[in-house]
Amino acid sequence: MIELAIHRPGLEAPRAMTPALASSFTCVLAFARRELREALTSRWFVLYGLAFAALSVSVSYVSLASAGSEGLAGFGRTAAGLLNLIMLVVPLMALTAGAGSLAGERERGTLIYLVAQPVSRWEVLLGKFLGLAAAFVACLCGGFGLSALVLASRGAVGIDSFVMLVAATSLLALVMLALGFVISVFSRKSSVATGVALFTWLFLVLLSDLGLMAGSVLFKLRVQELFALSVLNPLQAFKLGVVQGLESSLDVLGPVGVYASQTWGERLPWLLFGVLCAWGMLAFAVAAFGFSRSSTA
Amino acid sequence: MITIRDLTKRFGRVCALSEVSFDVEAGEAVALWGGNGAGKTTLLRCLLGALRHGGSVEVDGLDARRQGKAVRARIGYVPQELAFHDDMRVGAALAFFARLRVESLGRAAEILARAGLAGHERKRVRDLSGGMKQRLALAVATLGDPPVVVMDEPTSNLDAAGRAQVVESLRELRRSGKTVLFSSHRPEEVRALADRVLVLDGGRLVRTATPDELWPSGDGGPRSTLHIPDSDRERALEVLAAAGIEVLDGVRDELAPGADQLARSGVCEAVRGDAQGAIQ
Repeated sequence: MIELAIHRPGLEAPRAMTPALASSFTCVLAFARRELREALTSRWFVLYGLAFAALSVSVSYVSLASAGSEGLAGFGRTAAGLLNLIMLVVPLMALTAGAGSLAGERERGTLIYLVAQPVSRWEVLLGKFLGLAAAFVACLCGGFGLSALVLASRGAVGIDSFVMLVAATSLLALVMLALGFVISVFSRKSSVATGVALFTWLFLVLLSDLGLMAGSVLFKLRVQELFALSVLNPLQAFKLGVVQGLESSLDVLGPVGVYASQTWGERLPWLLFGVLCAWGMLAFAVAAFGFSRSSTA
Repeated sequence: MITIRDLTKRFGRVCALSEVSFDVEAGEAVALWGGNGAGKTTLLRCLLGALRHGGSVEVDGLDARRQGKAVRARIGYVPQELAFHDDMRVGAALAFFARLRVESLGRAAEILARAGLAGHERKRVRDLSGGMKQRLALAVATLGDPPVVVMDEPTSNLDAAGRAQVVESLRELRRSGKTVLFSSHRPEEVRALADRVLVLDGGRLVRTATPDELWPSGDGGPRSTLHIPDSDRERALEVLAAAGIEVLDGVRDELAPGADQLARSGVCEAVRGDAQGAIQ
């Protein structure tokens, strides 16, 4: 029998691609478009986006007002405020959205119908991930854009720092989204997935910090051990990277920051970038492996 | 076209399928028959590569586990209940699945029209009736012109009129030479569509037979009961006679054909607007 794949009018593959690759590309794109559309019309997603935009504008405005001066010094304070906001809100948004994606489809019974189509599971997963990632980046750009307008009205925008902040936040969102997908793959119900996502968020944001503090006292951890343990948490890696980008030094973070600056020097941003990328890729690989082995569609 | 050997599937301690083996020839229509928990849905999901399983499943010479995507390109799947995203519009939903099945949008529109859904493209899927949803599912299943169509109780959630429409669509699929494997709880549906029936019980294939062997005509064959007011009785009998439907001797309200035939006869419309609900 002749292969059914792709040789049909209207969907001709680019010549450089093999038929299998073109077919995969078409499938991934179809899933990504559908996921993006669904996210942007989802009440929860829109609510998250509006909340993030409102909070980031508020933080920008209040930080500038309390700075009492205009210019780049004002932006530094604003960025510090935004950093705390980002570390709370963005992981929460991304983890819960990622956790709900596959688990929700499984619960509604739509996942079995999707995987019954001529698609590979990795195509389903990648398409959904890319669609949600695009929705997140758009949402973050909207929130940051409004903040930028507030900052620009006071002449307090450091363009390079602002772009770095947006890029790092987008990377953090992708990492958290990938972690959310891992939760989703292994959850049968969306309520369970959301619960696990909330616990993961709590652990990353709060408990790991407290654990490090307790561990440093109990086990008398050395500074290099504290740094290594901090960097293992993607949120801490993000924070270190952004502070380094804004301040050019991690002295404000105490002995661990001083150690990191002195030991890693100019390689530190690459280390932190690498840690975030490794988290994202590892999480996505685990999700893809779990989904490919899953019988719970 | 379909070769299944020693298919076994366990969910924990529960054995949903145990060493099931059978073949389906190209162009043949085979029904899976059995009660709840017999393993019908599990078998169909194994065929689609949606469940990990023991034994081997081949479609057109391709292994369902190792070549799942190629196998699924050869299978159109109709679920028990259409699991579309309710917020999607009919046209958008069909376009989405057309992309997955590498079908041109023009051809997809033709298929939609053939399914009797032309003009409904802007409707949301949730606004379609049950019968229309199943016809949409059938339309999706034929995108890409797969040689095999697999259906999991495709009419179980439909009323008599909806069932009649879907059964007629399935007959057309059969006439077009598709290989059809479906599960059903309805003898009249099996008689109307299947060449062969595989009887499953407790995850085992216990019997293979023709529909006539399972339900000899006139002896326990599919019957429908139509409750109608006395005042409408003669009119109903006239309509049924005109439609070629036999009424059993001596039992004036017990009719031999299946509910789908009854619905098509127009007797319901002829005697009372809400009589469809009385067909059992």
